[in-house]
Amino acid sequence: MSDAPLELQLRHDLRTAAGPVTMEVALRLESGSITALTGPSGVGKTTLLRIIAGLVKPQSGRIAFGREVWLDTEQKIFQKPQLRQAGLVFQDYALFPHLSVEQNVAFALKKGQDPGRVDELLREVELTQLADRRPHQLSGGQQQRVALARALASRPRLLLLDEPLSALDRSMRQRLQDYLLEIQQRYQLTILLVTHDLGEIFRLADQVVEMETGKIKRQGTPEQVFAKVHSLADGPGLYGEVVSCKIENGQATVQALIAQKIHKFRLPADQAADLVPGRSFLLRYSVDTPVVEVIR
Amino acid sequence: MNTEPLFLTFKLASLTTLILFGLALPLAYWLAYSKFRGKVLVEAIVGMPLVLPPSVLGFYLLLAFSPNHFFGNWIEEVFGLRLVFSFPGLVVASVIYSLPFMVYPLQAGLQALPASLREASYTMGKSAWTTFLKVLLPNAKSAILTALVLTFAHTVGEFGVVLMIGGNIPGVTRVASLAIYNEVEALNYPTANQYALVLFVITFAILLLVYSINNHLFRVRRPA
Repeated sequence: MSDAPLELQLRHDLRTAAGPVTMEVALRLESGSITALTGPSGVGKTTLLRIIAGLVKPQSGRIAFGREVWLDTEQKIFQKPQLRQAGLVFQDYALFPHLSVEQNVAFALKKGQDPGRVDELLREVELTQLADRRPHQLSGGQQQRVALARALASRPRLLLLDEPLSALDRSMRQRLQDYLLEIQQRYQLTILLVTHDLGEIFRLADQVVEMETGKIKRQGTPEQVFAKVHSLADGPGLYGEVVSCKIENGQATVQALIAQKIHKFRLPADQAADLVPGRSFLLRYSVDTPVVEVIR
Repeated sequence: MNTEPLFLTFKLASLTTLILFGLALPLAYWLAYSKFRGKVLVEAIVGMPLVLPPSVLGFYLLLAFSPNHFFGNWIEEVFGLRLVFSFPGLVVASVIYSLPFMVYPLQAGLQALPASLREASYTMGKSAWTTFLKVLLPNAKSAILTALVLTFAHTVGEFGVVLMIGGNIPGVTRVASLAIYNEVEALNYPTANQYALVLFVITFAILLLVYSINNHLFRVRRPA
């Protein structure tokens, strides 16, 4: 597949709960990379996805996907969403209530596309058993998987996901993260996903973009954005979430979820002050002392 | 009892409903989704028959349809149709009179659908037309049924407009509602009662049927 990065530069007025805000974003997504878009609610993440998909026309800007120009307000170019065909998974899933799971996915096929693709996708998102069900008969997590399968049906080159895995339990979420990584590599798919889950960002993203009131606040690899850069000797850290933390005689015993398993480790008590349950951290061992850095 | 007025009433109501459905669908779609500023003006015009006394509407239609006026004259020359005191005239008048009863439920039904349904279909490369036929209409079934029934029932109940424009001609424009009035005028209460009862029972049966269909078959279930 040819190298087709997504490049965009936008200016768009947003009406947010906190009043009008001008969104100004310049971004480049490498072909075949996964970019996580994060930040508080109402800063324009969903709007950015909608602008890329062609559902919202920004006041000014330019969007190019490889050699295709999708938007150029100066040259009055605006490609309709039908022509861009970015796979978009909506926050409310947008499943068609009158169609079964199978029909929902089949609806997205292009003319002449092999209908066997539907079965294949349903197998991959583990929904074959539910193929005849209607959306209202499914759980939130199942609906999300249908939405994902449907967005992938026409083999888009760009996949836009608005909090795609938020309604899933931990094990299903992990399986779908693996699945996303697999299809991204198999099809050289460029993925932009909105997520608030740090674990997801560290597992999936090559690049993370943090937005704040319409602007990009920080951008880089997950470690660059969420952890202070240490000397190279510190090496990569382990990402985890605190489950419990007990302090006794100047020693803290921390139980934490690291790589989907509960681990226990000890720390000097002064390092553990911020480790309340639920907090995310990055754990590094420098020579023999563990160093914990809380992620905010 | 002469069954002709009843037959005329149901013929008029069926034709009006059919024609209006074809006209109102594109109009309702436009009203539901257009961002055009002048839209409110069109919305207000569509709603006029709701608030205008039927005799006022009938009076102006009578003037407009008259061969002595431009529109009536033009229709007669081009289509060979005389719209005053004729059945085609009744149909045209009923279409205008019942317009909001068809347009408003359709418009409301379309607007009630989440915008993401349309948008999802667009991102899958489907045209606005395909999206309308395969996504929007099937999910607005209940609104469609309501619009059809309201239009039909409202046309059955028409009196003022048909009297003004149709002129109460037996076998041509004397629909059931006019026949009832005639019989009452002639102090023929038993016959009037027969007409009235038939209208009452049939319209009630239609409504009952429709609302039970709406409740059982088309209950719109959205994903939670």
